[in-house]
Amino acid sequence: MRLIRLFAPVARLTLAAVLVVSQGAALAASAEKGKAAYVKSGCWQCHGYVGQGGGPTGPKLAPDPMPLAALSAFLRHTNGRMPPYPEAVLSNADLADIHAYLLSIPKPADYKSIPLLNQ
Amino acid sequence: MARKYSSPKVDRRQFLTGVIAAGAATAMAPPIASAADAAAPQAKPRASSALPPSAKVAAAETGTPRELARVKGIPGSDFMVDVIKTLDIKYLPSNCASSFRAIHESLINYGGNTKPEFLTCMHEESAVGMAHGYFKIAGKPLMTLCHGTVGLQHATMAVYNAWCDRVPLIIVGGNDLDAAHRPPGVPTFHAAQDINAMVRDYTKWDDTPVSLQHFSQSFVRAYKIAMTPPYGPVAISLDAGLQQEPMKDHGEKPYIPRYVPTSPPQGDSGAVKEAARLLANAQNPVIVADRAARTPAGVGLLVQLAEALQAKVIDQGGRMNFPNTHHLSSPPNAVNDADVIIGLELSDFWATVNAYTDNGEHGIGVNSTRIKPDTKLISINSVDLNTKANYQDFQRFQVIDVQMAADAEATLPALIEAVKSAIPNARKAAIEKRGEAARKAHAERRARTRQAAALGWDASPISTARLVMETFAQIKDLDWSLASSPNGISGWPLRLWPMEKHHHYIGASGGYGVGYAAPASVGAALANRDLGRFTVSIQPDGDLMYAPGVLWTAAKHKIPLLSVMHNNRGYHQEVMHVQRLSNFRNRIPNLGGDIGPVGTSIERPDIEYHKLAESMGWWAKGPIKDPTQLASALKEAVAVVKSGQPALLNVWTQPR
Repeated sequence: MRLIRLFAPVARLTLAAVLVVSQGAALAASAEKGKAAYVKSGCWQCHGYVGQGGGPTGPKLAPDPMPLAALSAFLRHTNGRMPPYPEAVLSNADLADIHAYLLSIPKPADYKSIPLLNQ
Repeated sequence: MARKYSSPKVDRRQFLTGVIAAGAATAMAPPIASAADAAAPQAKPRASSALPPSAKVAAAETGTPRELARVKGIPGSDFMVDVIKTLDIKYLPSNCASSFRAIHESLINYGGNTKPEFLTCMHEESAVGMAHGYFKIAGKPLMTLCHGTVGLQHATMAVYNAWCDRVPLIIVGGNDLDAAHRPPGVPTFHAAQDINAMVRDYTKWDDTPVSLQHFSQSFVRAYKIAMTPPYGPVAISLDAGLQQEPMKDHGEKPYIPRYVPTSPPQGDSGAVKEAARLLANAQNPVIVADRAARTPAGVGLLVQLAEALQAKVIDQGGRMNFPNTHHLSSPPNAVNDADVIIGLELSDFWATVNAYTDNGEHGIGVNSTRIKPDTKLISINSVDLNTKANYQDFQRFQVIDVQMAADAEATLPALIEAVKSAIPNARKAAIEKRGEAARKAHAERRARTRQAAALGWDASPISTARLVMETFAQIKDLDWSLASSPNGISGWPLRLWPMEKHHHYIGASGGYGVGYAAPASVGAALANRDLGRFTVSIQPDGDLMYAPGVLWTAAKHKIPLLSVMHNNRGYHQEVMHVQRLSNFRNRIPNLGGDIGPVGTSIERPDIEYHKLAESMGWWAKGPIKDPTQLASALKEAVAVVKSGQPALLNVWTQPR
């Protein structure tokens, strides 16, 4: 609790900064560049090349990715299983492109329509 | 040493000396040119390199060979074969070596190369890995012969895997103990005072017999210890002299002790009763099993216990313990709401009820509990009887409320009866209701898993979910057995294939020593071949490259195995470790032109596993990158395997 109180103002400021940067970056985001940045930044390692996730290693990222602001806030500060990605490792511009790439990934077919998943 | 006998007159040392002298004579170099020849003007024609042989060489090559010295009497190693044959050991995967040449000769000539049949291996790690996989299907141990020092050094990682996975095997290491008489040079480099010291920390028992009588007792004892739960590997250092010299006649023939299996340790009756009381009165009991089902019977017993309580079962997958199609089969987070948890042969109880997150400050992970503070814990674990100090496979310390140092499968019948007696009539309706809730949750989870598998279904490289379901479509009507671990492929086989029989799945390496999957799959396929079953392995790429010679062994001995490569072109367990540390240190990982950080990728050049396999006698095809091409290739491969040959498909896959 003490730690939360201490860092809460900092966290609010950071989130606000991220939102501003994210909104700016999102305007020029490119899914094509995002696909390259997704690979270069190592997202594929746990989430697969098309954001499908890998069960225990990492959840799915697409389709229907979380909003860019939420993704950015999570990515910069996570203390969960995934290591945080500081801006020095993944820029805001690259992150916005990655988000655009994730948005471009189409929904999968319903598993009921795939015979191999109904064996 | 006891082996220094007065007769026969020609002992192995004299025999060896003779062989070495004859060899030296045969390989004798032509006479060295004189100093005068060397100083002659260059205009002089050069002497032919094919000089006429000296009189001694000519005589050695054209004359009647002198009769070699014979070893009189019954070789000691023949008696050793008699001992081995009493234990019905079917195969002997091994890489040949001089330190056990005498027993090698006896096994294939005197013993007729049956029970055990020598299987030619190209690495000691492959031999032990094969024995590891074989046991988990056949339920019977194999023996392997290792060259003292270097051969056993090669074998050690696989022995450690077997130790951690509680798998019995008998390692016999050849070693020439007598420094005064053993040949100098290589055989002496390959001898040691105590070769078993290398594996003593991760074997149950070892010995160095100094007489044939000692050998017969030690070998039967070794088998017995290995096969008493908790199972584990054992080692015998076998002196080359003892193998090679004739049996000594004291007027008393060495006897061979009869093997009688030892009963596995069963839980204390008071502790069983207390465990039953806790389980019967729990609101939400959960059963967690890792290596609980030692045999197919263990699966049935676990089903009985779970159904008596309508308790959720988490199968951690050290073995196939519980059918994943059963409505009580549950995911790991089922412990969160439990009030009583019983762990059966868990390799890590701490991690079952706690979490470790590798994301703390200064690179130190953070611990957190996954269960309610008043949850009661029960453990039945035979490994409590066999803990050693050095290697840390005993994991973190977990306080347990009722702890039984006993074999889970052997204790289950008594526990089931005690639970049935302990359930109060007033609780029976609530228990039934618990089962209905579990049934609903199981069905919902099954649908969610299938929808998750549909993600990336048409992607290239091929998704691991697609890979396993295309494979399953081709084998589902056979009596199949999965011989590889699903850990690197998001656990899809355990999530999507109906795991209902003990042989459907055999667990993983135990010690996480990479290089296990390939030899263990071949060993499991060998056992399944004899039982008329079909074996499939989803083979990780990095794992295969530790000792790919096992592919040749499979082809040589006609071991049918379908190996479907999970070729993700990297060491993905390690890729994220480097990324994680780079992030912690605010640095962009150096990819060096690859897709993963330097040192973690297996690309440029891409390994053509299909050509590798083909070169060693396998039917093979690839690389397959398009998911629509998988079905026809798998169909062909399955037909090859059904005809009795191994087949490999090189498939480019998503990372996990």
